[in-house]
Amino acid sequence: MSLSLRIPTPARLGYSFNWTGRIGLAIILFWAVIAFIGPWLAPYPPGEMVDWDYFGGMSGQYWMGTDYLGRDILSRVLMGARYTVGIALASVVLACAGGVLLGMIAGVVGGWFDTLLSRLLDAFNGIPSLLFGLVVVAAVGSSIPVLIATLAAIYLPGSYRFARALAVNVNTMDFVTVARARGEGFAYLILREIFPNILGPVLADLGLRFVFIVLVLSGLSFLGIGVQPPHADWGALVRENIEGLSLGAPAVVFPSVAIASLTISVNLFIDNLPTRIRDRSE
Amino acid sequence: MLRSATTWLLVGQRLGIAAITLLIVSFAVFFATELLPGDVAEILLGQAATPEAVAGLRTAMGLDEPAIWRFLSWLRGLFTGDLGMSYVNNVQVSDMLAGRLANSLRLAGIVTVICVPVALALGIASAMWRGSWLDRIVSVLTISVISVPEFMVATLAVLIFAVWLGWLPALSFGVEVDSLGAMLRAYAMPVITLSFVVAAQMIRMTRAAVIETVNTPYVEMALLKGASRRRMVLGHALPNALGPIANAVALSLSYLVGGVIIVETVFNYPGVAKLMVDAVSTRDLPLIQSCAMIFCISYLLLITIADVVALLSNPRLRR
Repeated sequence: MSLSLRIPTPARLGYSFNWTGRIGLAIILFWAVIAFIGPWLAPYPPGEMVDWDYFGGMSGQYWMGTDYLGRDILSRVLMGARYTVGIALASVVLACAGGVLLGMIAGVVGGWFDTLLSRLLDAFNGIPSLLFGLVVVAAVGSSIPVLIATLAAIYLPGSYRFARALAVNVNTMDFVTVARARGEGFAYLILREIFPNILGPVLADLGLRFVFIVLVLSGLSFLGIGVQPPHADWGALVRENIEGLSLGAPAVVFPSVAIASLTISVNLFIDNLPTRIRDRSE
Repeated sequence: MLRSATTWLLVGQRLGIAAITLLIVSFAVFFATELLPGDVAEILLGQAATPEAVAGLRTAMGLDEPAIWRFLSWLRGLFTGDLGMSYVNNVQVSDMLAGRLANSLRLAGIVTVICVPVALALGIASAMWRGSWLDRIVSVLTISVISVPEFMVATLAVLIFAVWLGWLPALSFGVEVDSLGAMLRAYAMPVITLSFVVAAQMIRMTRAAVIETVNTPYVEMALLKGASRRRMVLGHALPNALGPIANAVALSLSYLVGGVIIVETVFNYPGVAKLMVDAVSTRDLPLIQSCAMIFCISYLLLITIADVVALLSNPRLRR
């Protein structure tokens, strides 16, 4: 028996992705790879002024033109992928891990614990996301760990609410009752009975939350309170070069295109997920 | 229409929840701006602070008192309109806010007046002719606007209207507003950008609300009886979709709160959001608190209105 027979590819599990979803997935994977190897692909050091002219146009030497200091935009976009994708991914994983864990606990425990936690986290949903970021950054200053923690805190309540609703539904099913009657412990119930059955929708939700986080992160960087110079994510690249807009410089256009390509492709991918993954109840 | 006592009880409950939420939110804002940054007195005095000066300022500002007392007195200040002094230029925060708030509300008002009719018309039309070219174009446009950051919509608007077409000034609000034409030109860009952001949400939600009613059996029955598509949607589906639509309108208007922060910054529009972003860069905490509370209150107000409207229009939610 060779190993390849046992690898569960989507086709073997009976899922099939349509073409729009595949294109979305391809773009997501492309940016994920760039986030890892981008700095080695960059033709010039991202922080170095390589051109005497600022806001240079596209040329054979500088594929995406140069920025307001004469730095190579292609190199900076490749490097920016690491910040945008990396920070957003770290925050979304934190937010969803926390939210899903709390949601499952609240869904299974129920009672006053559930009510109290739900009310409290709902209250945090009453703060607009960009504003939350502004206030925290104003208070403690901006650094990458602070950004990750803030973005995770903003999107944890939503993830909690989503996971709790799913967990409450699964919790009433017969196999959970059977497990409880067998005398299984709390941790077993949550990890072995509930979690596998809400995994699909939770992953789809994670994708959507990733898009929101990319948008808020870019917004914060655009306002100048996200990733700080000399580093720059895509939002910060747009901010740096916004003056070049009236000159029609490609320095503004390419980082924007990068953000849009990432968010739109995640949306496409999630929208076209097979129903079996998105919603197990059907 | 007569509403039963339980309805008003439920509405009262929603308002109560909103009040509690506001309390928690105000505590979060206070906590983040007063307790997280460390000692405010040290921040104010900077690096040259002597321990005596810090201690003196702490007593003068009441920082020696327990945090909960400071929170309560801050809360009382909010209610009585005493918002404290700005750290940076020693002006009453309420004086700085007065004119700015009017500007922001004017911007939001103009956007609402433009957005609501256009978005409702487009949303209902694309639900009525579902799957048509109109529906597809609207869908693609709204999804694109929703999946890109607000500043990109703003950037694109500048690129199209100011750089390529040359109709409007690019990034300036500092122009003299002396005539009607000048005023229109100054407002045009922020209004266009915000309208796109808010309308995209509104169209999508309206379309979804109408389609949900169109899918019900009684509307299908109307179609089987021989009613035209137009009559089916406008006569049978729409009256029942009014509640969800009003809910959608209030919900999508809450996107104004996030959008306005970006748009005011991009276009240098003298509103509350621009004031707040500037205050963040100077770490002017009392000003940030007040601006944050203004945004939280307006956001909460809009989502509570959406909740109450949904409750009043849908008897099934009252059980």
